[in-house]
Amino acid sequence: MVTENDVRDIAELADIGINTEELGPFTDQFNAILDYFDVLDRVQGEGSVIRDLSNVMREDVIELSLPQEEVLKNAAFQEDGFIRAPRVM
Amino acid sequence: MTDAQVIVGLEVHCQLDTQSKLFCGCSTDYRSDGPNTHVCPVCLGLPGSMPVLNKKAIEYAMRVAKALNCSVTDEAEFSRKNYFYPDLDKAYQITQYDKPLAKGGYVEIEADEGSGGKCVQITRIHVEEDPGRLVHMGNAERGRYSLVDYNRAGIPLIEIVSEPDMRSPKEARKFLNKLRATLEYLGVFDSEKEGSLRVDANISIAGSERVEVKNISSYKGVEKALTFEVTRQKNLLRRGRTVKRETRHFLEARGITQSARSKEQEHDYRYFPEPDLRPVNVQSWVAGIVLPELPDARRERFMAQYGCSANHARTLTGELRLANFYEHVVASGQKGLFTLAATWIADTLIGELNYRNMTIDTVQAAPFKKLLEHIQGDECTDKSGVEVLRVMLDTIKQGLPYETPLAILDRLNLRKVSVNITRPFAYGITLKSGVEPNPIMKALSEVLTEQPRAVEDFRKGKKEAFNFLIGHVMKKTRGRADPKELNRLLVEALKNREA
Amino acid sequence: MAAHETVFNPDDRYNAFLTVCRKAPHSDGKLAGIAVAVKDNISTQGIETTCASKILKGYIPPYDAHVVDLLKQSGAAIAGKTNMDEFGMGTTTENSAFGPTLNPCDTTRVPGGSSGGSAAAIAAGMVRMALGTDTGGSIRCPAAFCGIVGLKPTYGRVSRYGLIAYANSLEQIGPMAGTVSDVSLLMQVIAGYDRRDSTSYNKPYTHTPNPDIKGLTIGIPQEYFGAGVDPRVAEVTKRAIFRLEELGATALPCSIPSMEYALAAYYVTCTSEASSNLARFDGVRYGPAADTKKSWHDAYREVRRAGFGAEVRRRIMLGTFALSSGYYGKYYAKAQIARENVKKDFARIFSEVDVIAGPTMPTIAFKLGEKSDPLSMYLADILTVPVNLANIPAISVPCGKVDGMPVGLQIMGKPFEDERVVDVAFAYEQVAA
Ligand SMILES: [Zn+2]
Repeated sequence: MVTENDVRDIAELADIGINTEELGPFTDQFNAILDYFDVLDRVQGEGSVIRDLSNVMREDVIELSLPQEEVLKNAAFQEDGFIRAPRVM
Repeated sequence: MTDAQVIVGLEVHCQLDTQSKLFCGCSTDYRSDGPNTHVCPVCLGLPGSMPVLNKKAIEYAMRVAKALNCSVTDEAEFSRKNYFYPDLDKAYQITQYDKPLAKGGYVEIEADEGSGGKCVQITRIHVEEDPGRLVHMGNAERGRYSLVDYNRAGIPLIEIVSEPDMRSPKEARKFLNKLRATLEYLGVFDSEKEGSLRVDANISIAGSERVEVKNISSYKGVEKALTFEVTRQKNLLRRGRTVKRETRHFLEARGITQSARSKEQEHDYRYFPEPDLRPVNVQSWVAGIVLPELPDARRERFMAQYGCSANHARTLTGELRLANFYEHVVASGQKGLFTLAATWIADTLIGELNYRNMTIDTVQAAPFKKLLEHIQGDECTDKSGVEVLRVMLDTIKQGLPYETPLAILDRLNLRKVSVNITRPFAYGITLKSGVEPNPIMKALSEVLTEQPRAVEDFRKGKKEAFNFLIGHVMKKTRGRADPKELNRLLVEALKNREA
Repeated sequence: MAAHETVFNPDDRYNAFLTVCRKAPHSDGKLAGIAVAVKDNISTQGIETTCASKILKGYIPPYDAHVVDLLKQSGAAIAGKTNMDEFGMGTTTENSAFGPTLNPCDTTRVPGGSSGGSAAAIAAGMVRMALGTDTGGSIRCPAAFCGIVGLKPTYGRVSRYGLIAYANSLEQIGPMAGTVSDVSLLMQVIAGYDRRDSTSYNKPYTHTPNPDIKGLTIGIPQEYFGAGVDPRVAEVTKRAIFRLEELGATALPCSIPSMEYALAAYYVTCTSEASSNLARFDGVRYGPAADTKKSWHDAYREVRRAGFGAEVRRRIMLGTFALSSGYYGKYYAKAQIARENVKKDFARIFSEVDVIAGPTMPTIAFKLGEKSDPLSMYLADILTVPVNLANIPAISVPCGKVDGMPVGLQIMGKPFEDERVVDVAFAYEQVAA
């Protein structure tokens, strides 16, 4: 059982931005889905995932980068070749 | 309180010196280029792009693993470390979590106390990608924001994690220096490149909680940050308070650490295996790795081959470029040059370079060797040699045209002046002839006249008076006199006076 | 390269397209001049690519996905970008930020999802073929609901480079078309090794469908005909399998016990991967801008709150929870074990039979708005997700109707035996026609 507070914490960890009015329905849906996921408790077996491909690597060779204008093209704000982002400090 | 045990463990991140980035073909040679000029869909984290592992980065990391006596694991895997920051293009860092490339090695360093070495155990070695770079802009009034450059995003890093085996900030510094030297000898790391090293340090006082200091980005910074923490933590304990388990940031400019915000303290990174990459099974490559001569071996060789003192050998081999420089200088030189070069490089050149914030690769071996030969050939004194060296370094630093050491000697009028008794006319006229006195004899005779008390003291058996007189002669001749010869002349002159 | 131009002016009354390329250049080749629609989660250089999400509105990729490169090289004309459930998260194409796609067979019903736009564009005759992507049934479900053919290739057979990731370990790009032959033709073009996709295999597809299935053994898993499956759909599917037996195949009953938890394993895995994949949409490098007057976390949260639809945010939160410390072992790690068990079940069955057959979907296409509860929507994927968990190939081919709506026959094959499932579908198609 998760509570509205749990869902709020998960939303915080996910940095997803949740509205207060969404909290109730999200919590109900979460509980229904997590109840269904409980079937996994019955899973038996070994943990290791078998992957048949390994050592997929490339040689250390320089390839063409994108032109700077292509890099900046999709960015909303740019300044002297940099991309502008919200402050972190 | 003072003998409370300090416990330090380090996580060292070094940029691996590959040509291309860890997961894409963008060049790693970005430092002299504009922002966002070394990026592609992969390292910009564009939707739909996929990483492809650079084999060289794995090979480099394996060299390090072997050199640090680690065992390469039979299956390594890349994982995603999820956190959200504007310099992290994909909002996760591809790193290694529960299946690192190598585990369990050690590094030998000199212990603080007593002689001999100690082992710092290596917990693990893994490979990961560097994030981009953030520049903080604006101010409180006009608004703050960040500027992002993704050129650095995706540069391969090796992370070397030590056990908490170090007992002082100084030991941490030694460990770091040893690590740097080893990585450079292996040809996988260039410590001269700006920002090529970052360190996270765990530090505690025995019996107290552990503090993690993040983001130390220089060699000196590590010792500084740790020294600050030791003091801070000891002060807390002395005042009867407790040390909180927390993450702190090192503020290099202010030389202090500061508690990180609560969001960073929690960090639930939600690691899981990177589904776009396959496992790395490279244990079988280890046998094929041929290691070059490493710092310890080279130090032994310098002692055996060149007769370097233990201290000189350690200093010279502590940095790859320095060791190479030394060997360039003494190459095809005679035996006498070996010790002279060791002394001059280890005791003089390094200090002069540090003073000028210069690195050894700006200095050419040949002119330096010439200078040593002038000293060896009695054409200039040690003191003049230092002055010439300073001029040579200043010339390089200011980008002035090259001047031979001999030319500098002559220009500064520093060529050794000698009163060669066997060749009385070598410098023109001797004192006795009374026409143009040799400057040393002249200075000597002046000093004897000007310092009667010292002469008297000497006669009374005060040994210090002799050095006092020598000092004055040296001063008058601006150090051009050969000390050995001056000694002899002064002894003779004082004897004559007595007679 | 662009020697010719195709004029493309579809009557898109079903909202199948998000972007239409009215003048599509093309060159010569195997697909010369054929208008091919591309799902909007596949990157197209110079053409807006949104994954049907507001968070990517205006994003114009500076590069082509590998499959788009291959399409262009084969002479295809890129007709446009098709509608989908936002980031592929859905089974109806109702989760598009730009409005649902309607099912051309019955416009009161959904076309299935998440490649609903691609399926509808084909079913409505707007294009002959299209690319879809299949994470848990997203090609096969709309193929079944719209009465067309869709192939989910073996994982690794088609490069994912340029596919905007929803759940990397599960999804594949695959061909969709009106006929098995066209699906096979498109598969010839898009399959093959790509060094930019580390999970790519060097297994090109050069096959031409062969209807001879004499001696073929077909596994019929009881779970595909049991509870939760509309008996009418089960009946239509059984009849189709009987036709295959008439062609010389032998049907054998079998069981996939791991089906019990396959759907849970699927949803834990895909939401976990999605929570990580979708975190990069921060409004800094592309997409609607983050407010640079705010602090980073406030701006980031706001971009995601405003940019993602409810289902996407729900799945991001579920995945974040499944990966969080304390719950990783209960959810993510368990799901990976479950996944191995599904693979083992398939391997065991495939040691006795050549292919496995059953219905693609448990029901016919839902009414628009019918599946409002998330869990009931998830349960509709029960017959398609095992294939993704096991990384095997599967095709859906129309096999009859219920209530006038198409039903899909799903043929599942051994890893890298995409050719075999194509042949079986082709054999059925020939006798059904
Ligand atoms: Zn790149």
